[in-house]
Amino acid sequence: MCSDLFDIVLSTPDATANLAQQIGSRLHVGDTLLLTGDIGAGKTHFARALIQSLQDHPEDVPSPTFTLVQTYDTRKGEVWHADLYRLSGPDEIIELGLLDAFDTAICLVEWPDRLGDDAPPSALHLNFTQMDVPDTRRIKASGARDKWADKLEGITHD
Amino acid sequence: MTLPQTILAIESSCDDTAAAVVRGVPGAPKAQVSSSIVFGQTELHAAFGGVVPEIAARAHAEKVDLAVAQALDAAQTDLDGIDAIAVTSGPGLIGGVISGVMCAKGLAAATGKPIFGVNHLAGHALTPRLTDGVAYPYLMLLVSGGHCQFLLVEGPTRFRRLGGTIDDAPGEAFDKVARLLGLPQPGGPSVENAAASGDPRRFALPRPLLDRPDCNMSFSGLKTAVLRARDTLIADQGGLYRQDIADLSAGFQDAVADVLAKKSARACEEYLSLAPDTPVLCVAGGVAANQSIRARLEDQSASLGIAFVAPPLALCTDNAAMIGGAALEQMSMRPADGLTLAARPRWPLDDTAPAMLGSGRKGAKA
Repeated sequence: MCSDLFDIVLSTPDATANLAQQIGSRLHVGDTLLLTGDIGAGKTHFARALIQSLQDHPEDVPSPTFTLVQTYDTRKGEVWHADLYRLSGPDEIIELGLLDAFDTAICLVEWPDRLGDDAPPSALHLNFTQMDVPDTRRIKASGARDKWADKLEGITHD
Repeated sequence: MTLPQTILAIESSCDDTAAAVVRGVPGAPKAQVSSSIVFGQTELHAAFGGVVPEIAARAHAEKVDLAVAQALDAAQTDLDGIDAIAVTSGPGLIGGVISGVMCAKGLAAATGKPIFGVNHLAGHALTPRLTDGVAYPYLMLLVSGGHCQFLLVEGPTRFRRLGGTIDDAPGEAFDKVARLLGLPQPGGPSVENAAASGDPRRFALPRPLLDRPDCNMSFSGLKTAVLRARDTLIADQGGLYRQDIADLSAGFQDAVADVLAKKSARACEEYLSLAPDTPVLCVAGGVAANQSIRARLEDQSASLGIAFVAPPLALCTDNAAMIGGAALEQMSMRPADGLTLAARPRWPLDDTAPAMLGSGRKGAKA
């Protein structure tokens, strides 16, 4: 059962990074975030901030558009950062190894509509929208309430 | 005196499948490119708006044997005439890299010839040695679909990264801007074509990070600025006119050229502090094919009194000759890899450099 969890407006990239860090600190292996929104909505920025906040020695987090998947070792285990934009269908997800990674890693997936029915039912959905005011983003979260409501309890934003 | 060696090289780390035969004296500048075969996948990918990795992997696997056979034929030799095999073993799209590495290992196992895994970026970075015999140390701007960095090339295996993009690579930005403007993929040529009839001054697009005194660049915000300008036009007039697309393309291209040129000037300052005898700024990668960007870089180095070297386009974009050339440069300094050679999707040239992508905090590069 997918329900709305929060709906916030963040006025700076730093505020988005701060939210990413707070969410990141609550994630564990087996958690998947599905990041939706148009080009330029801030999905990669969010993912980069989240991944780097989980590393003792933050690495470069390049856009995964070119390589499709980038993996990182973090304090919380392996993190997969995927951009499925260029995939043409669910068949290719299997060969990518992403389905296994949903169980064995923390997964951040951009353009997750390509997953079709393979999207994990327990995933947290984060939708990014660029607002009319520059740098301002609206982020809506939804997901299984029994999994995410407690996990996201106390998330703050400025 | 080392004897000349003949190298069979394979490169399949991104959208093209390539094989080449290169002959030269290990460690000496300028080798002979006996053949260089590149099977493009541009048409295959055009329908998908970029490189489709799975398709790339399948196509590489299907084409790599054929590319090798054609490269040997064109060089009028066969496997007996080869001294060593070189292959791109990373970084890049993992499926493609594996296809090339498996083919190279098969050939090495069958012929008993040594195999050298070569870093794709080292191949680009060492191309000016192959084509122009440029002396170390030289400054290299590597700018392509997946990469954008300034490298100080101090030796065949010594690369120091002075800076790079903190988010998207320019080639990726060209693809995404093409997508935003409804232009065909790949975005590099289509945005350049559209820009030819555009006014770069109509839209004020940002030059991110130019105010910072380092060699880092950012192109993600530029893409977002194009998106905002496009949406404003659509909201005001209900759509985009041909001239709007031309002007946005021109403005975007101009901003990329501006950032690359000005950051090149910074990188040159750092490079010149080493007091090289004959300073050279080299550029490689697919984005170097953009005439307007190339002209700006040329002007920039001229104004600094630095020679400018851009290898011929066929050796500037992805190709296997550069991998053979890099193997020739490196083989006298390191052992062959053997059949345990593994594909590495991420493989920084300079793993001592702090992270550039993101917050600039310390760490190994992706």
